[in-house]
Order: sequence, then C-alpha cells, then structure tokens
Amino acid sequence: MENRPLEYDYTVAKMFMLTTIILGIVGMLVGVILAFQLAFPELNLVLGEGLAEYTNFSRLRPLHTDAVIFGFTLSGIFATWYYVGQRVLKVSMAESKLLMFLGKLHFWLYLVVVVSVVVSLLAGVTTSKEYAEFEWPIDIAVVVVWVIFGMGMFGLIGIRREKSLYISIWYYIATFLGIAMLYLFNNMEIPTIMGTAADGTSGIGAWYHSVSMYAGTNDALVQWWYGHNAVAFGFTVPIVAMIYYFLPKESGQAIYSYKLSLLSFWGLMFVYLWAGGHHLLYSTVPDWMQTMASIFSIILILPSWGSAINMLLTMKGEWQQVAASPLIKFMVLGSTFYMFSTLEGPIQAIKSVNAIAHFTDWIVGHVHDGTLGWVGFMIMAALYHMAPRVFKREIYSKSLMAAQFWIQTVGVTLYFTSMWIAGITQGMMWRAHDEFGNLAYSFIDTVTVLHPYYAIRGVGGLLYLVGFLMFAYNIYKTMSARPVEESELQNASPMGA
Amino acid sequence: MDIAQLQAYGYFTLITLLVIGLYAYIYHLYTKKKDVDGVDYESYSNMALKDDIDDTPVAPVSDDKEK
Ligand code: HEM
Repeated sequence: MENRPLEYDYTVAKMFMLTTIILGIVGMLVGVILAFQLAFPELNLVLGEGLAEYTNFSRLRPLHTDAVIFGFTLSGIFATWYYVGQRVLKVSMAESKLLMFLGKLHFWLYLVVVVSVVVSLLAGVTTSKEYAEFEWPIDIAVVVVWVIFGMGMFGLIGIRREKSLYISIWYYIATFLGIAMLYLFNNMEIPTIMGTAADGTSGIGAWYHSVSMYAGTNDALVQWWYGHNAVAFGFTVPIVAMIYYFLPKESGQAIYSYKLSLLSFWGLMFVYLWAGGHHLLYSTVPDWMQTMASIFSIILILPSWGSAINMLLTMKGEWQQVAASPLIKFMVLGSTFYMFSTLEGPIQAIKSVNAIAHFTDWIVGHVHDGTLGWVGFMIMAALYHMAPRVFKREIYSKSLMAAQFWIQTVGVTLYFTSMWIAGITQGMMWRAHDEFGNLAYSFIDTVTVLHPYYAIRGVGGLLYLVGFLMFAYNIYKTMSARPVEESELQNASPMGA
Repeated sequence: MDIAQLQAYGYFTLITLLVIGLYAYIYHLYTKKKDVDGVDYESYSNMALKDDIDDTPVAPVSDDKEK
C-alpha cells in the first residue's frame, strides 16, 4: 500500500504505563499505611493532631481503594489496550491522526480527573458510596474520559486489517460497555443545591455536594450490583483480556483451546451480572434475590475456571518455561490466584458461610488474594512484556524480577492467610454465646485477639509494596538498558542478568 | 397478574432462553469447529502469535483491499 514502513505507535501506551506505576506506588503506599494504622492506631496521628484530619484512617481509605482501582488498575487496562489493541487488529495508531489525538486527549483528561479525585478525597469531599465516592462534577468528567476511550477503541476496531476480533478484544469491549453501564446507573445523583428540605429551605450545601437518586434498600441493591460488577468488569474481564494475549505471546504457545475461551466469555457475561446480591445476604433485600445471588455466585466458578484452566493448559508441555522465566511465573501464579479467589468467592457466597464471613477480615483476605495475586501480578507481567517492545531494550534485570516475584508472593501469602485466620476468628467470636444466649465476647475482646494478625497483614502489604518498587525501578532502568534487535522480540522477552 | 409476578415470569423466561442460547453456542462450537467463513476457531490464536504489522492476517477484513 504505502512505501514508508509502518510501525505500531506506542506513545499513548507509554503514557499510561507511567501512570500505572506512579498510581500503583501511591495506592499501595497508602494501603500499607492504613494496614499499620489498624494494627497501631497511634499512626492515625503520625503528622500530629493538627494534620490528623488528613492522616486518619477514614480519610485515607477511599484514597487507597480509588487509587488502586481507578488509578493503578485502570491505567494498566488503558496501557495494555493501547498496546494489544493495535497488535491484534494489525493496525497502527500512526495511521490515523484522529485516533492519535483521541488517545492523547484520553490520557490528559484522565490525568485531570485523577488529580481532582486525589484533591477532593483528601479534602473530605465524598458521596460516601463505596468505590463511587466521586462527587457529580467529577462523575461527569469520568463519563467524558470514558466516552473518549470508547471512541478510540471503536475507531481502531473500525480501521482494522484483521477481520475477526481476537478474544482479548472481546474482553476489552466488554470492559468498556460494562463499566459504562454500571457507572452511569450507580452514580445517578442529585446536587443538594437543587433540592428543597421539608421546612422549605432550599439551596442546601456546597454546589458540588449531591445525594444518590436511590434510597434505602434500592440504593444498596444498585450499589452492590455496581460494586460486584466493578469487580467483574474492572478486576476480571480486562485482566483476562491481558492474560489471553500476554501469556500465549510470551510463551509462544497457542491458547490451549480458543473455543473454550469463547464459551467462557459468554458464560462469564451471562452469570456475573446476577451475582451482586451476595454482598447483601441477610439484609433487607428480598429473600429470593439473595438466594438467586447465591446460586449464580456458585455457578460463576465455571466460566471463571474455564478461562483460568485454559491459561494453565496453554503451558502444557512447556512447564520448563515457568521455571526459567520470572515473567511467566507472574502470569501462571496470577491465573492460579484467579482460580483461588473464584473458588473462595462462591464459598463465601453460600448463605451459611456468609453468616460467618460477612463484615469480617476474611472478606478483606478474599479481596486481596484477588487483587494482589491476580490483578497486580498480571498487570506487572503485562508491563514487563511490553517494556522491551515499547522501549526496544531488554529488561534491565532478570534476577531483580525473580527476587521481586518471591518477595511479593510471600507478601500476598502473609496477607491472605493472616486475614483468613483473623476473619474466621472474628466471625466465630461475634456469634459465640453462652447457654442463656448472652454474647460470650465483647467487641474489644476480638480486637485484642486480632492484633497480631493485623501486624502480619501490614508486613505482607509492605513486602508487596517493596516488590512493586523493585518493579518500578526495573522498568525505569529498562529505558536505558541494552538495545535489542527486532528479532529478539518474537516471544520470550529479552532480559539482562 | 400483578407487576411482580410478571417480572418473575419474565425473568425466568429470559434466563431459560439465555441458557438455551449459551448451550446451543457451545454445541455449535464443538460440532462445527469452524465459523461461517470456514476459519477453524483454533487458528484465531495466531492473531496474537503472529501480530507484527506486516504479518498476514488470519482472515483479512476484505480480500480485494489487501493487494
Ligand atoms: C467467582 C467469583 C467470585 C465470587 C462468587 C465472589 C464472591 C464474593 C463475596 C461473597 C464477597 C463478600 C460479600 C460480603 O459478605 O461482604 C466478595 C467480596 C469482594 N470480592 Fe469477590 N468473589 C469472586 C471473585 C472475586 C475476584 C476475582 C476479585 C478481585 C480480583 C474479587 C474482589 C472482591 C472485592 C473487592 C470484595 C469486597 C467488596 C466490599 O465489601 O467492599 N472477588 N466476593
């Protein structure tokens, strides 16, 4: 067609790699601080009484969750999209000025939103809905960013050379559509200045404050339909998109069964949306809805394991690669943790188990074997695979990567085991009673017993953060490592000692 | 019939249809093994494995445009 040799353009991918790393450090650092605050409450005042407002647990907690979800994870999703998207569609962003413009606009607006989120959360401006804390002006900006992301995505798909869409693209599209729908419906809110109170006063509160459009049980239902499916379309679907591309690519092995990947895709889409009620067991939502959520949660193991087993079987006969390459170790352990948390989730969704697990640290344990072991590992692996290709240099240090792998694996393990023990202990102590039905323990009794586990969790989190800093350093040094030939980039990533 | 009952029947019907659809799709995948264009599903893995910009697509968007 044209004479100039065409190349993939990774400009936007690189920009999002940067925010993945920076926001990862911020989010995880805040997480570690929070963990130690729970174990040692004096830390709420580390910077003195005067600044306590900004350093206490409640102010920092949404900063942690939003930084790791909407900062680290989302940036990772965008970075990999701008890399994988071009490659499997066989079309370069350099071919369209419009797409390049949209990509950059996407990045810069995203950055503006990130800054306003950080500032507003630190200032204590929040809607108080978990994972949906942003006030309405930010919500509107988020929608704009998302629409631009979508325009870029469908634009690229529109000019593709490959007729069919690779399975990862299906997952990226699902991410886009899923989050769009969830975010819009859960964040329906009314600015308080537009309302009128019962006594006739109007123009209540600051201009940026709002209240949810739903109330009571309805609000809870919409919230957990959103919350659970944010896990689906933020922590599962796009991460599956990544592993379906990066594991085959890095190992040089075709997906074990492409057909299985297609059917687990539809299975996942079909089942996930009905399971959100498992966050509301024994609450005021209708009983049939709770039962339905339990049943769908248990069925959810099938499509989840469909993808995870497909990935492990992709390595069939190639297990020496797992031993040899730390990069493949990350991905294989990632999909193992995925299997693990999607076994644990359905168990916790059984009503009688949830009676013990709900409100306890076991849930926190579940969250983090999913996010640290699966999401975190997979995003780091993706960036490790991308780095040599976008910088055209070998990965700075293989041994550093291997050390990081083991440090973080120990970190995750300390994290979820301590939270399991803490959670089940907590659940059992809360419900223990004597022969007359009097509670056997007061709340503070549980706190005393849990203290060592909280300290262990803090250490586990710290190890993970240390590993993440090693990752950041390794990627940073990769930018100045030995340049590589195009041919070295076929499959396994080139790594320095 | 009140609205709640209608919703319940509607919901049940929807789920049943989706289940039938999903199983029909699985049946199709494993008996036909190829899609409507006659491409073996398994060969789509090559979209990732051979993804350099000058690699030949598994199935190009339009044959006449690729010259
Ligand atoms: C088959 C798949 C899964 C099922 C059935 C499931 C089920 C559950 C259940 C029952 C809860 C606890 C609700 C409660 O009692 O408070 C929960 C919480 C949670 N899960 Fe999962 N889970 C699954 C997979 C995952 C994965 C893979 C991740 C992350 C990567 C994840 C992240 C979370 C988060 C963040 C929460 C905490 C929500 C909160 O209370 O703030 N889950 N899940």
